[in-house]
Amino acid sequence: MLYHLNFGLIWKNIGKLEWGLLLSLELAVVAIAIGVVIGLGLALIYEQSSRPVRALVSLYVEFIRNVPLLLLVYLVFYGIPTVVDIRYDGVTSFLATLSLYAGAYLVEIFRAGLAAVPRGLTDAGRAIGLTPLQGFIHVRLPTMFRVILPSLSNTFVSLFKDTSVASVLAVPELTYGAQWINFNTFRIVEVYAVVTPMYLIAGYGILGALRLLERRFAVS
Amino acid sequence: MFWSVIESLPFVWRGLLVTLGAAALTVSMSLVAGLLLGTIVTYAPWPARIPVRLFSDLIRGIPILVLIFFVYYGLPVTGLNLNNFAAGVLAITLFSTAQVVEITRGSLQSLHHGQMEAAKAIGLNFPQRLTYVIFPQAVRRFLPPWINSVTDAVKGTALLSLVGIVDLMLAIQQVIGRTYAPMPLYVLGALIYFVINYSLSSLSRRLEARYAYIKE
Amino acid sequence: MPGNPDTTGLPVVSIRGLEKSFGALAVLRGIDLDVARGDVVSIIGSSGSGKTTLLRCINALETYDNGSIQLDGVEVQFRNDEAGRRQRRNEWELARLRAETGMVFQLFYLFPHLTALQNVMLGLRKVRKMEVAEAKSVATDWLSRVGLADKAGSLPSQLSGGQQQRVGIARAAAMGPKVLLLDEITSALDPELVGEVLAVVRKLADDGMTMLMVTHEMAFAREASSRIIFIDAGRVAVEGAPGEVFREQANDRLRSFLARVSHL
Repeated sequence: MLYHLNFGLIWKNIGKLEWGLLLSLELAVVAIAIGVVIGLGLALIYEQSSRPVRALVSLYVEFIRNVPLLLLVYLVFYGIPTVVDIRYDGVTSFLATLSLYAGAYLVEIFRAGLAAVPRGLTDAGRAIGLTPLQGFIHVRLPTMFRVILPSLSNTFVSLFKDTSVASVLAVPELTYGAQWINFNTFRIVEVYAVVTPMYLIAGYGILGALRLLERRFAVS
Repeated sequence: MFWSVIESLPFVWRGLLVTLGAAALTVSMSLVAGLLLGTIVTYAPWPARIPVRLFSDLIRGIPILVLIFFVYYGLPVTGLNLNNFAAGVLAITLFSTAQVVEITRGSLQSLHHGQMEAAKAIGLNFPQRLTYVIFPQAVRRFLPPWINSVTDAVKGTALLSLVGIVDLMLAIQQVIGRTYAPMPLYVLGALIYFVINYSLSSLSRRLEARYAYIKE
Repeated sequence: MPGNPDTTGLPVVSIRGLEKSFGALAVLRGIDLDVARGDVVSIIGSSGSGKTTLLRCINALETYDNGSIQLDGVEVQFRNDEAGRRQRRNEWELARLRAETGMVFQLFYLFPHLTALQNVMLGLRKVRKMEVAEAKSVATDWLSRVGLADKAGSLPSQLSGGQQQRVGIARAAAMGPKVLLLDEITSALDPELVGEVLAVVRKLADDGMTMLMVTHEMAFAREASSRIIFIDAGRVAVEGAPGEVFREQANDRLRSFLARVSHL
């Protein structure tokens, strides 16, 4: 094996990776924030609605979950503008896709979470005279969040990894940065030797931090 | 435009076959490797467990796309020349294996330790305990998440298009390049993936019902 | 019947100086115990006194630190290698030796994916290597001896606790063990189901099965055993025929233990 490791070219371009990591994290944060709104909203709608509406929610969930993210990314970026008069850049388009994608997974998580709140707890809220809205905000929602926090953390880390797909739209996130350095310097092993730990440390670091947070909430 | 889409169908069909082939290879290899490593990580002494644990956490910690690029661009540097199909399938198999390891561990650990003891007490040796007592019970917990991982593998194969394998995804991209009809073709592609994966998840629900007779 | 019944009068189980600790906690501190063929020995003592651990050591589900356990003169868990060093037997040897002792568990541990008949047949087929027909006839015979011939095709989830435990006894006894180990087999049962299980144990005792049981059923221990062992702080504190042990209450700890359980 006559391959000599040379990290010099990687360090020279490390900014591409640093900014890439930051953008990956930003994309994941925005996607989960929008995803939570979609997921919680649809979970509540599902719970309150008649069968046709439920079927629509299920259709959205099942469609997104059973189609590759890459295809959804292409469909939104290249497909939609050909049928609707709309223009957006890669970042916006990818964010829209990833949020819809996150939403579909989060609907299921929220539905399970809402179902896990014991009936007696909401009754207890009613018994002390809370209005339905107050009961929802002060009893059901906090209880549910405590139940689903671990799933929420896992979803966030998995969205963070999914941001790598944005590289196909030339969104300069971490994987795009790696590919750029790869094609411009051909230091393949070195670039992945740097990028892999970046994903691992960021991913497991965030997961560890979120687990600590979960424990705090679990105690209180 | 309509006709050009119809004309492209045989090409899309060939892409679909590539997708299914890649998925079948990935799923079968990762099933064997994952069951083996998952059993090791559950029952073996710690010196054998640690490398498997590291493998699984490492693979699950990086994006599958990065794994594909790394194997595809990185392996030639080590002197190992795989064509893009082999490299891509290898990468997704590694990813899928790590998932099967965790599913196997989870379903084995969900069994009460008394089952292992009762099997020991009548004198069964370790392979017999696994074959006749542990695996038949674990299969019920194993199947639903495993079928989920199969749909992940099928979806994962779409990323093979990025290393130039003409699978369903790339076939659709190429047809779009010729016909300039992105929307119908993306929708067609999405429907095909949907049908495959949705059938798999329905199968999972039916299998779950079939094993419901095992109550602890 | 497998296992060669010899008539030398040597004890079936012979335990000497058995010691076992879990970390810093010494559970067994030098147990000596012989069980003769046909003996029914009840082990009594407060919880945490090491009774269950003792049974688990005999069946090699638990390893021990010092001392020896011999089954018909064969050391159960250890052997000496060429250099004379004490080595734990490998998995395969342990499996073979475990087949010579039967174990009935407090929580039954029936295999939930197998019917009652299949639960009893599994060891006969895979360990005793019987043909299907023979295993089936032995298993059916044992199910009828525990009064469950009509439940052969039932899954454990379809049986009551008492029925499950009787299948558990049949599963262990069908192997033709040299000694049957019963670990608090009625303590997970509703009171009204205890009687049917004890009746089965009683019948096995009358048929000459060698048994070693950990129990909290003092009345049953007194009536069905040939010998009572009171274990206290990891040692055999009192040992004797049921009449003597319960009448004389030779030791303060035994007295307070019996006073406590009779109030339960």
